[in-house]
Amino acid sequence: MALTLDRVTIDLRGRRVLADASASFAAGRITVILGPNGAGKTSLLRAAAGLIAPSAGKIAIDGRAIAAMRRDDRARTIGYLPQSGDVAWNMPARDVVALGRLPHRTSMADDIAAVLSAMAATDTEQFAERRVGELSGGERARVLLARVLAGEPQWLLADEPLASLDPAHQLDLLDRLRGQAARGVGVVVVLHDLVQAARVADEIVMLRDGRVFASGPPEEVLTQQHLRDAFGVDVLLFADAQGRMLPVPAGRLESA
Amino acid sequence: MNRAIRLGLLVLLTAALFALSLMAGKQWIPLDAWFGHDPRWAIIAELRIPRAVLGVLLGAALGLSGAVLQGYLRNPLADPTVIGVSSCAALGAVASIVLGFGAGWLGQFGWAMAGAGGAMALLAMLTARAETPVVFVLAGTVLASLAGALTAFLISIAPNPYAIAEAIDWLMGALTDRGPDDVLMAAPFIGAGVLMMLFTGPALDALALGEDAARSLGANLGRLRWQVVIGTGLAVGAGVAVTGVVGFVGLVVPHLLRPVFGAKPSALLVPSALGGAALTLAADSLCRLAPGAGEVRLGVAMALIGAPFFLALLFREGAKQWR
Repeated sequence: MALTLDRVTIDLRGRRVLADASASFAAGRITVILGPNGAGKTSLLRAAAGLIAPSAGKIAIDGRAIAAMRRDDRARTIGYLPQSGDVAWNMPARDVVALGRLPHRTSMADDIAAVLSAMAATDTEQFAERRVGELSGGERARVLLARVLAGEPQWLLADEPLASLDPAHQLDLLDRLRGQAARGVGVVVVLHDLVQAARVADEIVMLRDGRVFASGPPEEVLTQQHLRDAFGVDVLLFADAQGRMLPVPAGRLESA
Repeated sequence: MNRAIRLGLLVLLTAALFALSLMAGKQWIPLDAWFGHDPRWAIIAELRIPRAVLGVLLGAALGLSGAVLQGYLRNPLADPTVIGVSSCAALGAVASIVLGFGAGWLGQFGWAMAGAGGAMALLAMLTARAETPVVFVLAGTVLASLAGALTAFLISIAPNPYAIAEAIDWLMGALTDRGPDDVLMAAPFIGAGVLMMLFTGPALDALALGEDAARSLGANLGRLRWQVVIGTGLAVGAGVAVTGVVGFVGLVVPHLLRPVFGAKPSALLVPSALGGAALTLAADSLCRLAPGAGEVRLGVAMALIGAPFFLALLFREGAKQWR
């Protein structure tokens, strides 16, 4: 199974934010979308989730255009975790997670089972009754992830889920995304942190100026030359215990 | 205590206040006069039942509109006055009083509804292209200011002092001397608006997570906006058209009920309609029980009852309800 973008162009308020972008996200794998600020990462993710309509090109799941899917059907298939962690009302965590069941027309028992299983997968059961306003940033991020998981989507699209998390919680969240991929969910995640991207990605799509600049496995995409061209930074590459090369920004290029 | 029991208690409270509203007045009519051939029954049948029914309709319209608008705008400060529908309905009514066209009750109702309808159409047009609630608030606030200014202008050019007095009297809002005709005129519009608003629950819940997340959950935000504009417009417009401007209910009722029914928008809809009805009935009864020859204005009584409750809630809960 694959979620594919075929030569997708997106214009927002008259401005071209993504041009002729093609990418393919595979089920059971983690694809990381990288790129400097304003490169079009969030637009690509929102389009893949069916939230904005491309002005040209096609977005499809196994050949079936998502634009032609029914609203509820698409909502059950694609889970979207926005960057903003805002919850407008101070609801108990359990109620927030249960919102993930909105597109489902299943029995109460199925809904409860899905909510409990999502809370178990994110270790959030212990504060099910606490209100979101009383949770720490890390706890809240897990609750919001549980909200998406409760919908049991085949695709999980997350926009910078690590923002505002400390390193321990970042690693924790990435592990949970990895767990979802292991269960066959196609995970697509926008990240800023090059090291975390190298650590977690099966595939990387790197954007620059609204175009796909490079894509492929991390070792092919995260090269010093690519990172210099896309981000305007020099990186040092360190090998971790598993032999993955982790790029650490060392300095800004003079010309950038 | 589960939700059904709490809801049941709220229904009982509303029913009790309905009964109180039939008894209370310059002439106190005890329960035993309701049966047998008591001449005071005429007061109940012709004056107090229509008035109490109108109180229920108006209160439900305002309370539910408040809950829906707070949910839709994700803002605990929202209430029906924010979207400008009340002000525009008031403008229509004042225009008919001051300029003297559409004489009689039906004419005034028609003009007020035309004002509310104009406001709804303008709001819908202004917000049609932008699916964000911010445009909605801005458009509504500007509309309310414009309608307020035009109303003041009309009053200042009124041909005679009687028209001024009548317009200002009407603007203060009251259920005094409203009859079965008023109920029959307002009920269909309020009923339709309330019905439309009662179906907004799931989309409002989804919207708590932001617009993108709501749409990713399958919420149809375009349709939701229509439901909110038309639902609140019909219900509040018709309410204002027969009673004048009554504030406070829409703002306060959802806040009073959040500690009891939870903060989830859908969980507040039915309770807010009931709570609005209860608060309006209580305030209207208080109006009539106050000493003196005249009646205290409904808006005044509403604030006298609601404000202390609201302040007590603020003291007790702090900002817990709103983070």
